[in-house]
Amino acid sequence: MSHRSFTHLDALESEAIHIMREVAAECANPALLFSGGKDSIVLLRLAEKAFRPGRFPFPLLHIDTEHNFPEVIAFRDHRAKELGERLIVRSMDDSIKKGRVVLRSENQSRNPFQSITLLDAIAEFSFDACIGGARRDEEKARAKERIFSFRDEFGQWDPKNQRPELWSLYNTKTHSGENIRVFPISNWTELDVWEYIARENLEVPSIYFAHWREVIPRDSGLLPVSHLVQPRDNEKIEKIMVRFRTVGDMSCTCPVASDAASVGEIIAETAMTRITERGATRMDDQTSDASMELRKKEGYF
Amino acid sequence: MSVVENVGLDRAELLRFIAAGSVDDGKSTLIGRLLHDSKSIFEDQLSSIAKTSSKRGMQNVDLSLLTDGLQAEREQGITIDVAYRYFATPKRKFIIADTPGHEQYTRNMVTGASTANLAIILIDARKGVLTQSRRHTYLASLVGIPHIVVAVNKMDLVEYSQEVFTRICDDFAVFSQHLNLRNIEYIPMSALNGDMVVERGDQLNWYQGRTLIDLLENVDIEHDVNLDDFRFPVQWVCRPQTEELHDFRGYMGRVESGSIKVGDAVTIQPSGLHSRIKEILLYQSNFDEAFAPQSVTVTIEDHLDISRGDMLIKSDDQPRVDKEFTAMLCWLSEQPLSSGRKYIVKHTTRMVKGLVSQIDYRVDVNTLNQEKTDSLRMNDIARVVMKVQQPLVFDAYSRNRATGSFILIDETTNNTVAAGMIC
Repeated sequence: MSHRSFTHLDALESEAIHIMREVAAECANPALLFSGGKDSIVLLRLAEKAFRPGRFPFPLLHIDTEHNFPEVIAFRDHRAKELGERLIVRSMDDSIKKGRVVLRSENQSRNPFQSITLLDAIAEFSFDACIGGARRDEEKARAKERIFSFRDEFGQWDPKNQRPELWSLYNTKTHSGENIRVFPISNWTELDVWEYIARENLEVPSIYFAHWREVIPRDSGLLPVSHLVQPRDNEKIEKIMVRFRTVGDMSCTCPVASDAASVGEIIAETAMTRITERGATRMDDQTSDASMELRKKEGYF
Repeated sequence: MSVVENVGLDRAELLRFIAAGSVDDGKSTLIGRLLHDSKSIFEDQLSSIAKTSSKRGMQNVDLSLLTDGLQAEREQGITIDVAYRYFATPKRKFIIADTPGHEQYTRNMVTGASTANLAIILIDARKGVLTQSRRHTYLASLVGIPHIVVAVNKMDLVEYSQEVFTRICDDFAVFSQHLNLRNIEYIPMSALNGDMVVERGDQLNWYQGRTLIDLLENVDIEHDVNLDDFRFPVQWVCRPQTEELHDFRGYMGRVESGSIKVGDAVTIQPSGLHSRIKEILLYQSNFDEAFAPQSVTVTIEDHLDISRGDMLIKSDDQPRVDKEFTAMLCWLSEQPLSSGRKYIVKHTTRMVKGLVSQIDYRVDVNTLNQEKTDSLRMNDIARVVMKVQQPLVFDAYSRNRATGSFILIDETTNNTVAAGMIC
C-alpha cells in the first residue's frame, strides 16, 4: 500500500480503529454491542485490527429480544467463540419476567423495549461506554448524532445538548451513572459496509443472501412468516426469493425480493438500490417521521 | 465482484467538505441538488419530501427539505449544530458537514470545518460579498481548510450575468488576499435549476470552468495531509503477556502526519529517549512503511517506558515540547471563560490540566478587527496564551492540524468548552 492507493475504505477503517482505541484507553469499563448483524460483524473485524495480538479490552454484549432469527443467534455464538472473546447476553424475556417490560401482546415488536434491557445491563455491569454499529446514513436522527454520543443517567439522548466534536479529539468524560454510546462506523454507508465485508472476506448469517421464504405482503413490506407473524383474514402467504438487508426483530423486519446470492451480488444490488435500508425493512421506523428520534431519547442506541 | 470494479467505488477516495452559508443563500437547496443529481436520494426519501412539499402548497419538490430537521428542532425552533450527509460518485465518496446558520454559526462552522478538506462559501449573486461571506471565509482560513470554492449562487436571478459574477470574484479576491488561503476556485451556479452543480445546464455557456461536482471529484487532496513530519501519538499499549508473546509490546496509534519505515530512528517525546522501529503491524499484516492517516501497531528495538500520551517522532524533525504556548481559541460553551480557572486540555492522546493565562485580543469575525477583552463568550475567537501543567508535544496548527489542535473540557460539567489552534 502507498499513500496514493489509500481508498475511502482505508480512511473509514483507520478512523474506526482510532475511535475504538480511544474508547479502550479513556473509558473505564466499555462493552461492544454485538447482535450478529452485518454492522456489528464489521465492528468485530475493526476491533481485531485495533487490538490484536492482544485480547479485546471489552466484552461483547447482546441485548436479545428473543425475537431474533435463529440463524443470526447461531452465528452470534459461533463468531464469539471463534474470536475467543467473552459474550454477555441479556434477554428481554428476563426483563418481562421481572415486570420491567410490559407488552400488550406476545407478538408485538420488541424493538422499542430493547432500551430497558440495555439500560439494565449497563447498570448491572457499570458499563460507561457501549460501542455500537449505528451509521449516520440510516436515519435523520442518526445524521445529527455525535460519534461519541453522551447519555444521561436515564440513558437519554438530548439532541440539542450535544458536546461539540472537533477534529478527532473526543471527549469521553462521564460522571458516575452516565454513559457514552460510541459509533465507530458513523461515517460508513450501507454500501461501505458490504464493500468492507467483501474486502475482509467476512462471514455473515445466511439470511443476508437470497433464499426462498414464506412471506405475507402487508402495507408496503413483505413480512416473514414465523410463530410471531401469521396471516390475517384476507392475507395470503407467498413463497418468494428474498434476502434481508437488516436482521432484527422477526415481527417487524422485512426482507426484500432479491436473487443476490453472494456478497458481490449484494454490493451490485446495494449500489443500484433506490430505497433506504430502513425504509425497505423496518416497519417500526415507518410509524412516524420521528420514530427513531423518540426511541433514542428513551435510551435506544 | 466485477461489478464493483466497474463502479470503481472500492478504490474511491474520501473527501470531506462543508457548505457555509445561511438559509437564504440556498445552502439546503444546493446540498439537496448535489444529492439529487448524483442519484444519492432514495425513492422513499423523495416521496416523503414530495408529500411535504405538496402539503405546504409547493408545485415542485423542494429539495431543501432533504436536510430538514428533527422533531425536536421543529418544536423548539432550534437547529442542531452539525448533520452529516453522504454521497458517492465513482471517483470519490463525500461526507458533507451540514451546519445550519443563525447566531451560533461560528461554533457550528468551526466544528464542521475541523475535519474538512474543502469549504463551499455560498454567495447570493444578487447580494454579492456580504459580512457573513467574510466571516465564513475567515473561519475557513482559521481552521485551515485547504480548498475554498466560492459558489456564486442564484445566477438565475441576475439573468446569468457574467459581469455580476466577475465583479463578485474580484471583490472576493481583494478581501481574501490577507487570509491565508491556498486554493480558491469560483463557480457561477443556480442550485435551484441545477446549473453548474452536477449538470452544466445551458444558461452559463460563457463559463468555461468546472462544475461543482467535477471540482469536488478532482481537487487534489493528496497534499492536504502533512507528509513530511512523522508524528505518532501512542493511543494504547498492547502487552498480551501470553506464552508465545511474552515480551511483545505494541504501540498502537494513528500516523497523524508523515511516514515511517522499519529501521527508522525515532525519538519518544516528551522523554526524549531514542530507538528504532522494529515492526509495523496491523492484525495479520506486516508493513515496511506506514503513512498518514493509517492506524497501525509498531514495535521498537529497545525496552523503553512508553505509554499513552507519548509521541513517536522521526528523529530528524522535532516538534516543540513546552508548557506554554500561544493559540487561537474558539469558545464553544454558553458558560463564559473564567480566567485563571483550570480546564482539562486534550491534545493528541494526552490530557493535562491547563489554563488561559492571558487573552491577547479577541477577533471581531465581521470586521477582523482585534479588540481588547478580559473574558470570552460563546462564539468568541481570541488569541490567548495557554499554560499547562505537563509539557505537550506540538507543532503549529498551520503546519499540522493533528498536533496543533486541542480542546478544553470543563472539569465540573465535563462539557467541551473550547477548541484551540496552536500558533
